[in-house]
Amino acid sequence: MIPDELRYTEEHEWVRLQGDVAEIGITHFAQDQLGDIVFVELPAVGFKLQTGKRFGVVESVKTVSELYSPLDGEVVEINSVLSQDSDSFDPEAVNREPYGAGWMIKAKVANTGDVDKLLDAKGYASHTEGH
Amino acid sequence: MAQVATTTTPQRTALYDCHVELGAKMVDFAGWEMPIEYAGILKEHEAVRTSAGLFDLSHMGEIWVSGPAALDYLQSLFTNDLSKIEVGKCQYGCMCNAEGKVLDDMIIYRFTNKYLVVMNASNREKIVAWMKTKWVSNTKLDEQSFQTSLIAIQGPKAQELLQPHVSLDLETIPYYGFKDGKAVGIQALISRTGYTGEDGFELYLPWAEAATVWRTLVALEGVEPVGLGARDTLRLESGYALYGHELSDAITPLDASLGWVTKLDKNFVGRDALKAYKEAGVQRCLIGLDMDGKTIPREGYPIHHEGRQVGVVTSGTFSPTLKRGIALGSVETALRAEGTEIEVEIRGRNERAKVTRLPFVKGSVRGRS
Repeated sequence: MIPDELRYTEEHEWVRLQGDVAEIGITHFAQDQLGDIVFVELPAVGFKLQTGKRFGVVESVKTVSELYSPLDGEVVEINSVLSQDSDSFDPEAVNREPYGAGWMIKAKVANTGDVDKLLDAKGYASHTEGH
Repeated sequence: MAQVATTTTPQRTALYDCHVELGAKMVDFAGWEMPIEYAGILKEHEAVRTSAGLFDLSHMGEIWVSGPAALDYLQSLFTNDLSKIEVGKCQYGCMCNAEGKVLDDMIIYRFTNKYLVVMNASNREKIVAWMKTKWVSNTKLDEQSFQTSLIAIQGPKAQELLQPHVSLDLETIPYYGFKDGKAVGIQALISRTGYTGEDGFELYLPWAEAATVWRTLVALEGVEPVGLGARDTLRLESGYALYGHELSDAITPLDASLGWVTKLDKNFVGRDALKAYKEAGVQRCLIGLDMDGKTIPREGYPIHHEGRQVGVVTSGTFSPTLKRGIALGSVETALRAEGTEIEVEIRGRNERAKVTRLPFVKGSVRGRS
């Protein structure tokens, strides 16, 4: 449940880099720890992401968890199924497909080289081992 | 007052292996290793609202009180009035300290010559110690917390699903009534009580034999195992207080809107303080709070009204039934009226909500005692 092609943070976000745009979400491990996800709060398009700083909140039935940016950049798109005002509001997509339909934001990355500083699949696997 | 000892290694109930076999996520709760969820809170919650759920509540504390002075002794500690219930019935209430602050909330079962006090796991050591310091001659106290397992079956179909596995006609047990019988061939105390807002039963069983009962009932079509996660969403939708959240030794039962189980016309520890407090004017009350938007109120979030803080959220959650945020909150008494517009501060923003009638969700429960 840790795709090889993605990069990860110790706070359980994943990054998929395509050109200079990073798709960002939370890992399978994170969604499993949280349980049924019922609410996601994300920034507006244009929001400036800063590495390690909060950019949103994900809530399961029982708990609130903050989302931390893996990179510097600017939000260019948010996943509409996670928008509370959307007719297609479906936060459980994060549980079902954390690396697919449950992605959270897309951001234009300030420095694509920063992605290499994140954990690779092997590094993230050892980070979550024993949990 | 005795301090609650903190145990480093959590205790396990007799059903621990059953939970692990079912793939439960286990957490430390009040010194016990308990299942927080099995298939997921939403699915478990729905099972209880539509069919039946099975709960392990063996972490709760049980102490028997007997002897010629048992009734007077319990009356001197309990906020409710046990003389008002018949043998075969049980009653909800609190024990308070001399200042009228809540030590625990509990259910007391009335037998012919004895009583059973069932308390929260988190307060077990405190209450057992308290009852011992208040002991009077001609009473006998016998704690059985580690010999007694407790399994609850709750939901609109609980009775029909349980009936084939018990030795008595469940219809003869009224709400907040109980009988001795057999469940899955095991001697049990069977009561029509619960904490979910649904009809259902609680089975008090010998520790060593509880797993037999659990395995039989959990295998039934229409019964899902339910963890502490859904237990919390179910009790919140039902507007039931939970010690450590709505209740604590910092407040009186009157502040938590438990005046209905606080009988100031009888004597008990804390009565005089409560009487004086009531005459001076009760400052806080417990309200139900229904969010307008999709944000979720959580414990500790401030509650505002007309630009000023008037209280705090004591428990909040996403309501699986209503599909929006609900909460219980402690606010100034003047704001108790249904429909009062208030705001909950969530991550720095004030989100609109209304004071609402409890319970949020009316389940199949036969009545409220």
